[in-house]
Amino acid sequence: MARKLLLEHENIPGIATFDVYRKNGGYASVEKAIKTMTPDEVTEEVKKSGLRGRGGAGFPAGMKWSFLDRKSTKPRYLVCNADESEPGTFKDRYLMEKIPHLLIEGMITSSYALGANTSYIYVRGEYMYVIRILEKAIEEAYAAGFLGNNILGSGYSLDMYVQPGGGAYICGEETALLESLEGKRGNPRLKPPFPAIAGLYASPTVVNNVETIAAVVPIVNNGGEEYAKIGIGKSTGTKLISAGGHINNPGVYEIELGLPVEEFIYSKEYCGGIWKGRKLKAVVAGGSSVPILPAGLILKTAKGEPRLMSYESLSEGGFVTGTMLGSGGFIVLDETACIVHHLYTFARFYHHESCGQCSPCREGTGWMEKVIHRIEHGHGHMRDIDLLVDVAKKIEGNTICPLGDAAAWPVASAIRHFREEFEYHIKYPEKVKNPKHFEIEPFVSERVAALV
Amino acid sequence: MEVKFSDETLALVNKIIKRYPEGKQKSALLPLLHLAQAEFDGWLSPAVMDYVASILHIKPIEVYEVASFYTMYNMKPVGKCLIEVCRTGPCMLRGAEDIVAHIENRLGIKEGETTADGLFTLKTTECLGSCGTAPMLQCGADYYENLTNEKVDTLLDKLAVVKEHSTYMRSNRQEI
Repeated sequence: MARKLLLEHENIPGIATFDVYRKNGGYASVEKAIKTMTPDEVTEEVKKSGLRGRGGAGFPAGMKWSFLDRKSTKPRYLVCNADESEPGTFKDRYLMEKIPHLLIEGMITSSYALGANTSYIYVRGEYMYVIRILEKAIEEAYAAGFLGNNILGSGYSLDMYVQPGGGAYICGEETALLESLEGKRGNPRLKPPFPAIAGLYASPTVVNNVETIAAVVPIVNNGGEEYAKIGIGKSTGTKLISAGGHINNPGVYEIELGLPVEEFIYSKEYCGGIWKGRKLKAVVAGGSSVPILPAGLILKTAKGEPRLMSYESLSEGGFVTGTMLGSGGFIVLDETACIVHHLYTFARFYHHESCGQCSPCREGTGWMEKVIHRIEHGHGHMRDIDLLVDVAKKIEGNTICPLGDAAAWPVASAIRHFREEFEYHIKYPEKVKNPKHFEIEPFVSERVAALV
Repeated sequence: MEVKFSDETLALVNKIIKRYPEGKQKSALLPLLHLAQAEFDGWLSPAVMDYVASILHIKPIEVYEVASFYTMYNMKPVGKCLIEVCRTGPCMLRGAEDIVAHIENRLGIKEGETTADGLFTLKTTECLGSCGTAPMLQCGADYYENLTNEKVDTLLDKLAVVKEHSTYMRSNRQEI
């Protein structure tokens, strides 16, 4: 069995309550940090651990913490990004629902390290029942003296609140999240200044993903160096992977980074193979935004080496033959899936979720959605394929926030690897009338078949 | 009808406003809009939004622009039960479109419409973070997951006789 740091106690009855969580070693990191370590020492351990942001970007967490403006006289804030909305990702919801105190504990330890006396957990509004779970856990932590004034008699005080979102993917972008937390529309801010200098209420702020903050608990308990021993290269520690799509066992799995992708897909311990005895066609490995890869390239790199679940291995080959670990939203497509239809749902998603601030994204996402729709329904022209590539290219890099890139990459990669499927839709409009056309007559291009 | 929160809700409103630093009460806007929608028939009328603006001492436009930005706030009246079916990639792969078609057939409405008796509004939504238990739908605060047509039938039968308006603020969970 693989080592688990976050979900170790997930199956213990009552682990969502303070008492059971505490009996199983909970809140030890708060005691250790507050009683025996300075805030800078805690930050140092997080740096040593090599922990990288688990929300998707993979930026080193310790470095992000070290950017916090410690000279400012304004109050500092820690804000937890629990606006999980990247299609394919549901790990944060699972963690908050199962072990809410792990997040609260990580928040307290992290807030202590950052010198924040107020922290907010911004949870997407649709997870309202999770918000109730967190509020109850926070209440218990206050009652036990781990929150409020003078925590454990140390003189350090912290208040923690849960903020509901209103339903907007864009609020997962950290500056849009801060705007939303200030009661405004979720329009991302121009950077610099970064939140570490001017974040919430123009004060120094750190925004971290749920899983990143939870990982601070084992890092402080066991030391950063111990954490860094797990994993592979610069991909240290464990990662929660949300597995969904055409597999036998969808769910959230904690893996040690470096696990071979093939083992993750086919092992009974994880995805359990492709459902209905079918073959693997493609995988979107890190949430909807990352490039899609055909079976041959997700199992092995272009060099023929086994592909591993790590930041480096998944991005081996750049965007030509690689992808990204992203948020760990692992979406599996079987041989009957239609790439064009699948892509259409993503294009519609990004069009729906664009905040409308930057023209390339606002207009481009809508344009891509329309063009993919007409190709899918057999009304496309061959020139539409290059038109899509052109629009995607003109969005990428030309927007304030990465939503534009996130909308462009799935389109560009689907055409890169599955161009023949788009051509098939244009050439045989009568065959694609039924949305389940590939269940009736499977189609794999020779180019993709040659990769396996 | 005068638009005013109940005393109980007003107490909660005051508690929420205290979560933020002095002068930053606008931060309470999103939570307050959720409360308002739950208390005033599941949608935000201009009168309700003006009322929220007056509580927070902000201009009405500051409320309108926010309410219209986020998808969870209904700017038009909705049926007693708002059924929201996730249709993004991972749910689509596991049959969300069949579920939507089934509900449309059963209720005799298309997505975005409300049944003539005002009981159900059907909406499709983008990813609700339930990809591992797809297909799924949300009704009020409750997620219904791993759906089949049979489960949907049972759910709709049970929801039809529930008296209260579905709201994100209160669970109305039905066993299916």
